[in-house]
Amino acid sequence: MDLSVTELWTLAFVILTFGAYLYIGYTNRVRDTKGFFVAGQGVPPVFNGMATAADWMSAASFISMAGLISFMGYDGAVYLMGWTGGYVLLALLLAPYLRKFGKFTVPDFVGDRYYSQTARIVAAICAVFVSLTYVAGQMRGVGVVFSRFLGVSITGGVLIGMTVVAFFAVLGGMKGITWTQVAQYSVLIVAFLIPSVAISQKLTGNPIPQLSFTFSDITAKLNQIQVDLGFTEYTAPFQNKTQLDVLCITLALMVGTAGLPHVIVRFYTVPSVRAARYSAGWALLFIALLYTTAPALAAFARYNLIDSLHETPIEEARSMEWVSSWEATGLLGLDDKNGDGRLQLSPNAELNEIQIDRDIIVLSTPEVAGLAPWVIALVAAGGLAAALSTAAGLMLVISSSLSHDIYAKLIHPGASERERLFVGRVMIFLAVCVAGYFGIHPPGFVAEVVAFAFGLAAASFFPVILLGIFDKRTNREGAIAGMLVGIGFTSFYIIGNRFFGMDAFLFGISAQGIGTVGMLLNLVTTLVVSRWTPAPPLEVQEMVESVRVPRGAGEASAH
Amino acid sequence: MPEPKHPDEPGQTDGADLSNSQRKAYWSKNRRLIGVLLTIWALVSYGFAILIPMDFEVGRLPANFWWAQQGAMFVFVILIFVYAWRMDAIDREFDVHEEGE
Repeated sequence: MDLSVTELWTLAFVILTFGAYLYIGYTNRVRDTKGFFVAGQGVPPVFNGMATAADWMSAASFISMAGLISFMGYDGAVYLMGWTGGYVLLALLLAPYLRKFGKFTVPDFVGDRYYSQTARIVAAICAVFVSLTYVAGQMRGVGVVFSRFLGVSITGGVLIGMTVVAFFAVLGGMKGITWTQVAQYSVLIVAFLIPSVAISQKLTGNPIPQLSFTFSDITAKLNQIQVDLGFTEYTAPFQNKTQLDVLCITLALMVGTAGLPHVIVRFYTVPSVRAARYSAGWALLFIALLYTTAPALAAFARYNLIDSLHETPIEEARSMEWVSSWEATGLLGLDDKNGDGRLQLSPNAELNEIQIDRDIIVLSTPEVAGLAPWVIALVAAGGLAAALSTAAGLMLVISSSLSHDIYAKLIHPGASERERLFVGRVMIFLAVCVAGYFGIHPPGFVAEVVAFAFGLAAASFFPVILLGIFDKRTNREGAIAGMLVGIGFTSFYIIGNRFFGMDAFLFGISAQGIGTVGMLLNLVTTLVVSRWTPAPPLEVQEMVESVRVPRGAGEASAH
Repeated sequence: MPEPKHPDEPGQTDGADLSNSQRKAYWSKNRRLIGVLLTIWALVSYGFAILIPMDFEVGRLPANFWWAQQGAMFVFVILIFVYAWRMDAIDREFDVHEEGE
């Protein structure tokens, strides 16, 4: 097989990084359930921040988000603010108290706080469902990167990715996953920043994307070009979505982020309450490094693409190497419809001669900016790191929900430590297999399902945990009623709207944003029902008092 | 200085040796701090970025757009560190900080 220079570099980077992940996984193998589920609660806050950032930023954040923003303009901010603002809620309202509580999973807290096995099971099922919907997209991402950059089939790529994840996750559990994620964060952030800095330098002469985005005239020029071509201004708000919908989606994504089990569980792994608070700050700092760069990259790449393709003779465009190679993948489509020999970009689909898939924006930037082949290879390795790290974190949640919350707490409460660890390893292996299956045979409705995952997290976990800490009077009856109403309403609206063509009857709020309403309904229901029914038992009220005060959390790690 | 507590004694390692009124005072200080910080959180994201129209520029970007795609995220990061830092002081004031921290 003949490999191009880029493919050789990609192969080298993939072997190098995968080798590092395997080595880290092997050196961090664990022998007890505490190491397996919460990394022995010994992860320092800065490193937990990096691991959280890698856990959080998926193949979608790395590959698709900048592209999405570049097509949405201002309205793309729903993802930027929505996927970062949740960390403020997490840091102030949830993480420190859950760390003090100090068990292994989110269903642990729900089950203990609401003294109810039913609540624990509902929470465990939600956690598995939410994580499964997410993981499907990740393994697919691995396969796509492999096939695009190395010519391996998607199935082959997924199988390689599965083997690597299975190795460090089964051996090392949360501990192996955490330290691998630290390495994966380093790879993905370098891979994202190098091309962004390069294109910023090339277009504006200023290498720092955040500064050149704010202070250069590129965005102003982009606005002008857009208007000239018949689009609306890039920076004009509410072009794709109404103001109310932008508000609701942002809030639903924020609250959903704070309620996602694979994010919450990361804060069980630090040594203390204080470490949990700082760790959330580090996590958001590391995330913001990519998230504040992405909108700059989005605007620069859009400007650059229009600038190099619009009104360019089609033959000249095709002679550029990146144009011909991306046209070959089908993600860039050129079609001289009016036969004038030149390309025109237009908002009118019948006149438009340049079709750009949004996934190109990040992946093609190094080529468009004329960077060396090793940078392109690095971006491929970064995409893989983003996908694998998120997949591993999600698998741990699936495994811990099944083996800890359902097997060890319900099916076989007397299970020994060894037995529980064994079941944990088996479950994580099964989770890898299921994820791989979805990677090879992706369900056709991933986008709908992801909206559902956030809506569900927003309408179920967030209110239940929040009130569990901040309202001592909230009891079992209230929490269960609240979860049922929140989940019921959100599911009804999303399923009806996305699958059965129901109108978005609530002021046109979209399926993505309806989690906000589901959350509010949950909060109101829980508060009202709790006031009508008996107060929680005294020991539960004492537990709430105890999680509100930091001292005593470190003690758990001494065991 | 209170006597160091043995870690296995129930009820004392979790700060339960606070009097009820001190417990309430600690919790209300925490809640007040959270209230202030979340007000700023809502103001920069829902206010400056979405609801309040602004017709001036930050650098060379329209202000609403800058808050939505840059400014709000910077403020989020700062808010979390401010919370962690202020809580350090409040924990010490009520002597509920963790051993060795």
